[in-house]
Amino acid sequence: MSESFWDWAYVWQVLPELVDASVVTVKATVSGFALALIIGLAFAIARMIGPGWLRQTTIGIVEVIRSTPLLIQLFLLYYVMPEFGLTLDAMTAGVLALGLHYGAYCSEVYRAGLEGVPKGQWEAAVALNLPPWVTMKRIILPQAIPPAVPALGNYLVALFKETPLLSVIAVLELMQTAKLLGSESFRYIEPITLVGLFFLFFSLVAAALVRALERRLGRGSGRVAR
Amino acid sequence: MNALSHPHWRLLVAALACFAAAFALASATGLARSVPELLRGIGVTATVMFGGSAVAIVVAPVAALCKLYGGSAIRWLAIGYIETFRGTSALVQLFWLFFVLPHFGITLEPLTVAIAALGLNIGAYGAEVVRGAVLAVPRGQWEAASALNMTQSQTLRRVVLPQAWVLMIPAWGNLLIELLKATSLVSLITLADLTFKAQQINQNTLQTVEVFSIVLLVYLGLSLLITLGMRQLERRASFGLARGPGT
Amino acid sequence: MVHFDHVTKRYGSLTVLDGLDLRIAPNEKVAIIGPSGSGKTTVLRALMTLDRIDDGVIWVDGEPLTHMRRGDGLVRADGKHLRRMRSKIGMVFQHFNLFPHMTALKNCMEALVRVLGLPVEEARQRAGELLAMVGLADKQDEYPARLSGGQQQRVAIARALALRPKIMLFDEVTSALDPELCAEVLGVIRELGRAHQLTMLMVTHQMGFAREFADRVCFFDSGRIAEQGPAREFFDAPRGERTQRFLRAVMDAG
Repeated sequence: MSESFWDWAYVWQVLPELVDASVVTVKATVSGFALALIIGLAFAIARMIGPGWLRQTTIGIVEVIRSTPLLIQLFLLYYVMPEFGLTLDAMTAGVLALGLHYGAYCSEVYRAGLEGVPKGQWEAAVALNLPPWVTMKRIILPQAIPPAVPALGNYLVALFKETPLLSVIAVLELMQTAKLLGSESFRYIEPITLVGLFFLFFSLVAAALVRALERRLGRGSGRVAR
Repeated sequence: MNALSHPHWRLLVAALACFAAAFALASATGLARSVPELLRGIGVTATVMFGGSAVAIVVAPVAALCKLYGGSAIRWLAIGYIETFRGTSALVQLFWLFFVLPHFGITLEPLTVAIAALGLNIGAYGAEVVRGAVLAVPRGQWEAASALNMTQSQTLRRVVLPQAWVLMIPAWGNLLIELLKATSLVSLITLADLTFKAQQINQNTLQTVEVFSIVLLVYLGLSLLITLGMRQLERRASFGLARGPGT
Repeated sequence: MVHFDHVTKRYGSLTVLDGLDLRIAPNEKVAIIGPSGSGKTTVLRALMTLDRIDDGVIWVDGEPLTHMRRGDGLVRADGKHLRRMRSKIGMVFQHFNLFPHMTALKNCMEALVRVLGLPVEEARQRAGELLAMVGLADKQDEYPARLSGGQQQRVAIARALALRPKIMLFDEVTSALDPELCAEVLGVIRELGRAHQLTMLMVTHQMGFAREFADRVCFFDSGRIAEQGPAREFFDAPRGERTQRFLRAVMDAG
């Protein structure tokens, strides 16, 4: 090998651009996950208290989303929506696809939480004549969501790690930027390794946070006995 | 019991229905000419799928046992592998092997890169599954084996692992579906898998909705087949291994 | 006040209420006893509209509960009708079913604010009065997990009273309590019966309390009333052979 295989000067040269790109990655993660939380909750509620046809449809949609590649879903949203007159820019399509895909996963987490609320809580709400929506919002969800938080946190990390996929529809997030830098200089090793380290670092930090959260919830659940 | 009412058969029927619907859609939309191309793509997807699962199934127990029972150097090596591959995504790993390895003078076929990257990725998750299952085998089993004067490795091979396999099967089912979904990434390193073919046909025919819907159905059918296989395996493996109170 | 008109309820192939006819007068206190699986809890659950009945009609306060008038006939009640009718009925459960994420006070306020639409301050005051009535004024800011079983059940009674129901249902309210905690809950119920105009139905295993408190006792067996009568008469001189056997078994166990 004629050239040194790790070039620090080149690292310093590409770092600012990668830092800028990481902002896009973080934005996609945050908005994608916010969407996933909402979609997941809607799926879970529809599946739990919706009429029969809605339940079956939701189960079907969640199953299809979970068993097919995010990449195909991304293409469908990005290339197919324009045919229905709805042209999405790459970032919006990407966030939608991430939100939908992980919403399907989150709905399973919410579902476990909802099913963990004892039946007596529903019955007490009926006996107090609370309307269904109030029952859901004030009685059931406050008990169903706290135990679901660590599992939701794990999906936040998983979604974050999948954002590089948005590079295929040319969102200028970390991976796409690294590839562009690599193709300009014919040196891929530094940018791609830096991207890998970036993800590794934040995933490890996030995983540690989720574990800490799990421990705290495990201890602090004294309030929610029975 | 009616054979067709068994849930496993229903999975098979659903999978075949997916393939049939995909084929019907292709015929109805004038994409019948592209079916051989798609089949070749499915072949590549299946190759990566089988290769990747073979790598994962070999690597996972090795890494898990190293993490559980290895000396400190081996343990840290295993932990490093597991955390690195779980901490970054399959796409990053794929690109790293594809773009960076040539810098070290190692140039691999894209197919080899794909199988290695995805296999190691799923293997890292699988290692945690194996570890969890081994730890879930009751302590009393170890004690009973040592009372019979078995060595640690004998106990592991003859007592603990056979029980752990059964515990692991559902989690492996999920991992293999993740692997199937991840195989679509290999299209990004120029491998002509199902996703790659879809994009190609899309560019040639501009029948975007139809092409991607067909491919979606095929992936759905494939993952139903994986679920079916794993359920069958689970049923076979759990014969004579009824466990403890409850299950 | 309450009229079960030939009510039938089935779970799959099991008939838990078999053409039940039961009339309860305003302000009457009725104790329901019987072996497990005799359908006694289902009477309360059907009246609270927790379980849907398969046949017959339940009338409350002169109006159909499970159905509504449409022209000359009756059709199944819709959600709106059920919500209007339910406001006449309150229920206390065996396992309390307090909301664990709310304090005792908030448990009692919830329906006042969300159902009656009272302003928060007014609801707080009324809930405070109710807790004082069950002797828990000093526990109003505690979460259920920090209260004893007897205290939790008293909060549950206060909560059920918040909407000022005309009919109160008590479903084995002392069965989940340690024996020494039963008295405080029964005391609250006794006081309630004395001080308020309330129709009360209770499913209970406390024969002593039923004898002393209830106006009438209904003995359930296989989804029907096997025997009923004024409480003292019923316990002192049970007529049916099945009733006698049941009472003997309960007395031996107690």
